Amino acid sequence: MMDALAKLGRGALDFFERLGRGHLFLMYVLAGSPPLLLRLRLWTQQMYSVGVLSLLIVAVAGLFVGMVLGLQGYNTLVDFGSEESLGVMVALSLVQELGPVLAAVLFAARAGTSLTAEIGLMKTTEQLSGMEMMAVDPLQRVIAPRFWASFVSVPLLAAIFSAVGVFGGYFVGVGLLGVDDGAFWSQIQSRVDFHEDVMNGVIKSVVFGFVAAWIALFEGYDAVPTSEGVARATTRTVVHTSIAVLGLDFVLTALMFD
Amino acid sequence: MLDKNTHPDDVVVKVRDLVFSRGSRRIFNGVDLDIRRGQVTAIMGPSGTGKTTLLKLIGGQLRPERGTIEVEGQNVAQLSRRKLFELRKRMGMLFQSGALLTDLNVYDNVAFPIREHTNLPESMIRDLVLMKLEAVGLRGARGLMPSELSGGMARRVALARAVALDPMMIMYDEPFTGQDPISMGVLVQLIDRLNHALSLTSIVVSHDVAETSAIADYIYVLSDGKVVDHGTPEALGRSQSQWVQQFMQGLPDGPVPFHFSAPPYGEDLLAGGKG
Repeated sequence: MMDALAKLGRGALDFFERLGRGHLFLMYVLAGSPPLLLRLRLWTQQMYSVGVLSLLIVAVAGLFVGMVLGLQGYNTLVDFGSEESLGVMVALSLVQELGPVLAAVLFAARAGTSLTAEIGLMKTTEQLSGMEMMAVDPLQRVIAPRFWASFVSVPLLAAIFSAVGVFGGYFVGVGLLGVDDGAFWSQIQSRVDFHEDVMNGVIKSVVFGFVAAWIALFEGYDAVPTSEGVARATTRTVVHTSIAVLGLDFVLTALMFD
Repeated sequence: MLDKNTHPDDVVVKVRDLVFSRGSRRIFNGVDLDIRRGQVTAIMGPSGTGKTTLLKLIGGQLRPERGTIEVEGQNVAQLSRRKLFELRKRMGMLFQSGALLTDLNVYDNVAFPIREHTNLPESMIRDLVLMKLEAVGLRGARGLMPSELSGGMARRVALARAVALDPMMIMYDEPFTGQDPISMGVLVQLIDRLNHALSLTSIVVSHDVAETSAIADYIYVLSDGKVVDHGTPEALGRSQSQWVQQFMQGLPDGPVPFHFSAPPYGEDLLAGGKG
């Protein structure tokens, strides 16, 4: 019994210590970010690496999710004779929920893991220590460009995910199942509100981008500098980001419906 | 224990009463040492005695529990981050692994600290980089990536990078470990030559006795968290300490026993059972 309590206490202490380290890390990254404005090339290089290279997986996933939504939505709506509403159903599902959430999760799987592994390996091979000894702050030089590139990339990827998804729904609904072309687009145009619906999705994807970037980079920076440590950190990036994104999605949705 | 006649200006690094632990394990327990200007000072001792940790303490990557480490009269542990980074611009460090940036080629690795800390035009950076690479004999390898270099070449590139900003002092962490005889000879010669040609102060952490003794002006021998002896290589060769003699001559048995602590051999064989 006492052992179990001690173990629980140790676990709680470790958790809060790590949480504290994570917040300090974030504080240092944010504080070290202004010089990045003078070195935009560092940021754009990372935008390519984490954003552009994630484009294909996000677009393909968005297409399939949109196609599934078109198929499922049509089967449900047709029973009520309202299959013309398929477009708005697909668009709202994607813009408000699936776009931001799935883009962030896919980002964690594709770019987040690679960021964690890269930073973890830099730590393992003493590259970060080497930079510090050359009087170059790795938080400014390595972490901050990757953080801001990820932060900007996730909302853009979410927008692309949603846009491609709508075309996936269109392809299945209009192209294969015979929903009226004009009704599909006009319903979207009239019932998807920019401020209410689109901006809520944008806010979500901005928050998810911030969290996904923070988790991926912190896990790499805090990894135990061994091959096993980096492997564990990479796994934690996907698990923690997925849980954080889904949890925050509920909180944000509840706040937005309020 | 330390030479009281040394002029304060001669001492670049002054360590006094250094205490440092990792977890419950005490690494240093009251270490005093001086690194003198213009000399090659070796820190020697068996694996696990904290030689690398000492370099990290001098470089301000770790903070001591007690005691002081002064570099050029500045207490490293009390410097602000900005002042510490200013000091580090005047220190070079050669890591055991080389610590080259794996996404940059040899040229860009050597140019890295110059680009980060100066606004020199690219043509001048090129001249500086080629000069440093020429000094380590790798001007022709400037287009190679770190993954294409041998261990010895990687350390020579790291050495070129360490001297890129013309530091006052260089710290070498196990520079000879895992090197073939030719690479080892090259590194020994380079450390010696660079120290004298550039008027540097060098700290070499190593347990390769012959190579280090060949270039060191002064040696500190560490064991069990303390300096067990110090002096010139010749003086240490005549040390009265059996431990130092065992270490310097690489004897398999002595104060550091060949056998790990165990019950008597005969008893153990007759005891039977498992394990």
